[in-house]
Amino acid sequence: MTRRARLWVLLTGGAGLAVLLVAACLRLPHFGGDRHPYGDRAVHASLARRTANTISSVNFDQRAFDTLGEMTILFAAVLGCVVLLRQTQDERRARPEPADVARPVRRYALLVLPVALLTGLYIVAHGQLSPGGGFQGGVVAATALHLLYLGADYAALERVRPVGRYEVGDALASSAYVVTGIAGLIGGTAFLANTLLPYGTFNTLSSGGTVPLLNAAIGMEVACAVVVLLARFLDQAVEIEEESGR
Amino acid sequence: MSSVMDVLPYLVAAWVFLAGCYGLATSRNLVHAVGCLSVCQAGTYVLLLAVGYRDKATAPVFSDIKPGSRPVVDPVVQALTLTDVVVGATVTALLLALVVQIAKRHGTVDPDELSELRG
Repeated sequence: MTRRARLWVLLTGGAGLAVLLVAACLRLPHFGGDRHPYGDRAVHASLARRTANTISSVNFDQRAFDTLGEMTILFAAVLGCVVLLRQTQDERRARPEPADVARPVRRYALLVLPVALLTGLYIVAHGQLSPGGGFQGGVVAATALHLLYLGADYAALERVRPVGRYEVGDALASSAYVVTGIAGLIGGTAFLANTLLPYGTFNTLSSGGTVPLLNAAIGMEVACAVVVLLARFLDQAVEIEEESGR
Repeated sequence: MSSVMDVLPYLVAAWVFLAGCYGLATSRNLVHAVGCLSVCQAGTYVLLLAVGYRDKATAPVFSDIKPGSRPVVDPVVQALTLTDVVVGATVTALLLALVVQIAKRHGTVDPDELSELRG
């Protein structure tokens, strides 16, 4: 099929889909309406278990089992990337060359690195209280480490980031999530049910039962996963070369 | 006027989704195609957040507001959006890894030139 014919098929199908989507939009409940039965119940359940951030309560308490699936997707995707981006037989590793970095860039990166790392850990730790949580804080903490690549060079980044340990950390954090779930079974409740630990005082760090534990496990898993992912992509860009130099 | 506002956010979501689909089908570069897939997903974020919105409501976080003092938006769809973002990011990473391999093995990232089979 030529490009032109293909475009016509696409436009016909797209127009049909657009008509159906618009028809569906017109029948949806009005934007900004007051009827949110599931939302109201989720807020009520979250307050009953003294979790100030309702979204964390939904993710790590009411839908904790779904988050296990989500975490497994993340884990599998990282595994897939590691396998896809490995060094093959016809490639060799070149030592990354030290690069010159402009002084203001270096100063700014080294100044912001600890602040960004601390911000990431803060967002993970306060996941059950304020906006944020394990997923968001993990990404902030992991990318903070990579400011070292901008501020110094690749060799400096590799010294603070032994990839093997982060791979182990990723696996450990994933198991920690499952172990927390199994602890519920041993304690006489259900898998990942948040009825094992006391709920604590509302709006303090230790409130919410198992929510802070699961949140911390996810934070560690996401941070390790992002570090491993970026390491594989940076390896391809900086270190791995083809032997015949195509 | 208000009847337009009642459905406009949903229409924006449909528009973003269709724009992503168009880019995906006409793309001549696999990296660009992966970007278009992210645009399609952005349409679903807009749809989910639009479904959960409530007039004059704030975020469903009670660390600085008294429970019951203000209406809050639907937290269920916000949690779903978070899941959506995470899965979207991992899928993007996996697809980009595939593109890196395709570029290495075939020397091109134009999907139209990848038609022949190779052992």
